[in-house]
Amino acid sequence: MLMKMLCPTRWKRFHWQGDRYGSVRQAMTNDDASAMPASPRLPGEAGLHRRCNPGEGGSAHAVLTETAPLPVKTGERERTVRAARSRIYLTKGRMRELCRRQFARGLRLAAGLLTAALLLAQASPAFAYVAFVSNEKGNTVSVIDTDTWTVTKTIKVGQRPRGIAFTRDGKFVMVAVGDDDTIQVIDAKKMEVVDTLPSGPDPELFAQDAAGKTLYVANENDNTVTVLDLEKRVRIGDVQVGVEPEGMMLSPDGKILICTSETTNMAHFIDTATRKIVANVLVDARPRYAEFKTDGSELWVSAEIGGTVSIIDPAKREVTGKIKFAVPGLRSEAIQPVGISLTKDGKTGFVALGPANRVAVVDGATHEVKKYLLVGQRVWHMEFTPDEKYLLVTNGVSNDVSVIDVAAQKVIKTIQVGELPWGITIAQP
Amino acid sequence: MTLTTIHPATPTRSGFSAGEYITCLTGIVWREGLRFLHQRERFVSALVRPLVWLFIFAAGFRQVLGISIIPPYETYILYEVYIAPGLMAMIQLFNGMQSSLSMVYDREMGNMRTLLVSPLPRGYLLFCKLLAGTAVSVLQVYAFLAIAWFWDITPPPMGYLTVLPALILSGLMLGALGMLISSGIKQLENFAGVMNFVIFPMFFASSALYPLWRVEEGSPWLAYLCEANPFTHAVELIRFALYGKLNWVSLAVVGGCTAVFMIGAILAYDPSRGFVRRGPGGEA
Repeated sequence: MLMKMLCPTRWKRFHWQGDRYGSVRQAMTNDDASAMPASPRLPGEAGLHRRCNPGEGGSAHAVLTETAPLPVKTGERERTVRAARSRIYLTKGRMRELCRRQFARGLRLAAGLLTAALLLAQASPAFAYVAFVSNEKGNTVSVIDTDTWTVTKTIKVGQRPRGIAFTRDGKFVMVAVGDDDTIQVIDAKKMEVVDTLPSGPDPELFAQDAAGKTLYVANENDNTVTVLDLEKRVRIGDVQVGVEPEGMMLSPDGKILICTSETTNMAHFIDTATRKIVANVLVDARPRYAEFKTDGSELWVSAEIGGTVSIIDPAKREVTGKIKFAVPGLRSEAIQPVGISLTKDGKTGFVALGPANRVAVVDGATHEVKKYLLVGQRVWHMEFTPDEKYLLVTNGVSNDVSVIDVAAQKVIKTIQVGELPWGITIAQP
Repeated sequence: MTLTTIHPATPTRSGFSAGEYITCLTGIVWREGLRFLHQRERFVSALVRPLVWLFIFAAGFRQVLGISIIPPYETYILYEVYIAPGLMAMIQLFNGMQSSLSMVYDREMGNMRTLLVSPLPRGYLLFCKLLAGTAVSVLQVYAFLAIAWFWDITPPPMGYLTVLPALILSGLMLGALGMLISSGIKQLENFAGVMNFVIFPMFFASSALYPLWRVEEGSPWLAYLCEANPFTHAVELIRFALYGKLNWVSLAVVGGCTAVFMIGAILAYDPSRGFVRRGPGGEA
């Protein structure tokens, strides 16, 4: 029908060239087809090709021609001749009616499909998480819905919020407010500060054990790591470490706590049972962050001024390799590795390169940089969504959070948050 | 003896069937396609030009122009990614002009007479020519996109489809503009000069190479000029479409300009107005 509407001449030619009624009938509705007898070529006839001329009945645009199979029985001859003579003409009005019907049918089909798609979408809602972002200068925490990628709430907190993490039960968010020398606890449902935890002066980053019972806090101005009992919410011990402790990470088995001290340029290995340093590993200048592979086979420590990530063998407690970065067109001083995230399978690592405004994608096995992803300015810390589908990174200077599609290794979106975003934590509410 | 006695009883026809129109369209598009395929240099140069901009110019300016998030982008982009739609529009701009250049060539060489013996309306012939040029430019753009993909310019997969209507519309607009200009050109030699007054100002005073907010920082008047430039809207239409979005303002401007340029070209090529100055003996 469409062919006929668009190109009547071509349509006619199509049939003159020996096509049978069958194809026409298929394209029409049943009642139209029933009105079209299959028949009419008589033996010896070259087929009936007849064009409807104006004034002959019907219109030139609505003509049907026919070249049907030969009738087998003699008795059918008259019938077929009669049928041939009473040839069907589609008038313009009839065609319009047919088009209207087809159009209405198409509309109904489209509406049905749309409804089905909507129902399907409702039946399987997106698996949304919430991300809490600490804004160091804004003294707020921005809450991002990972379904809509929008900031749904901004929570006022203490002075200079930096380290931030969900409690293991996912009910609370702890945020280290350095200038208030404490750790505030935010109720993840009520979205407000409900409690505080003790710490030393200027807490920056912290790590909690797998059970969520013990919290280890790096106090930047005090050169100590404070140990807190999360259930009783009391301080249960201190560990003296190097100058300006920052990065805090527990080994997967929970036996070793790593603390990096920015000025001493060391990764301290602390025995969590005895709360004593058992080893110090020298790394490049200003180590900011440490991250274990899930299987505990490697420890990655970023050095901001050194511009490298040191790969440490946790068993031997020595540096076995270094990841170096080079972004085309950028001075090497602009490359300052800070945040690190490793996928659970340990195959891919992501390293935030600070003022280079890039996140490096590193092969977990070969330690080679595969790609640099452009994000906002002064990219700092990062966190995977629990399903590891996305990686969210905080961009301090441009005041936003970039979303990386982990599988595609592409930045898909950037969301404005508060002033100077620093840390980030994600969980399901 | 008059002509009627030699060719008697030729019935006059009031209209033409759609098939005849389509035959004409196919013929013109086919000829343009053949001409394009046979001129390999033209294909290569049409590709090399934007690629030079992409590989050399964009690499040099990557850090200078900085980064920002502007619609339709949802995150920070590299300069190469920014100028890709501008370069796509540039391909179409050059192609539109080249296609109209071929009209001048055809007229000089006499090929156009063969075309004009067609009994179909003059406007329709021009439109077919325009469509043919647009089809060629769309092919060139897709070839460019294929190479750019290896340069990390990777719009969403659906974008390759949604950009097609935008490319067709902008191709028609730029082709119609070229045709309008070509109507006033009598000789091939004059064409190059006119191109300098059209291609370069249109390309540089647009959002192809730098975002308008950046131009506005330098000179608000220049920004107004850029905004009034239909090429800016062609670029923006392509840019949005490449990311599956629609820029209504650009669509309206490009659509409107296409209509205006097309009507202008049809009028300019109207035989009653005389697109070729006739001498006293009736010869061209």
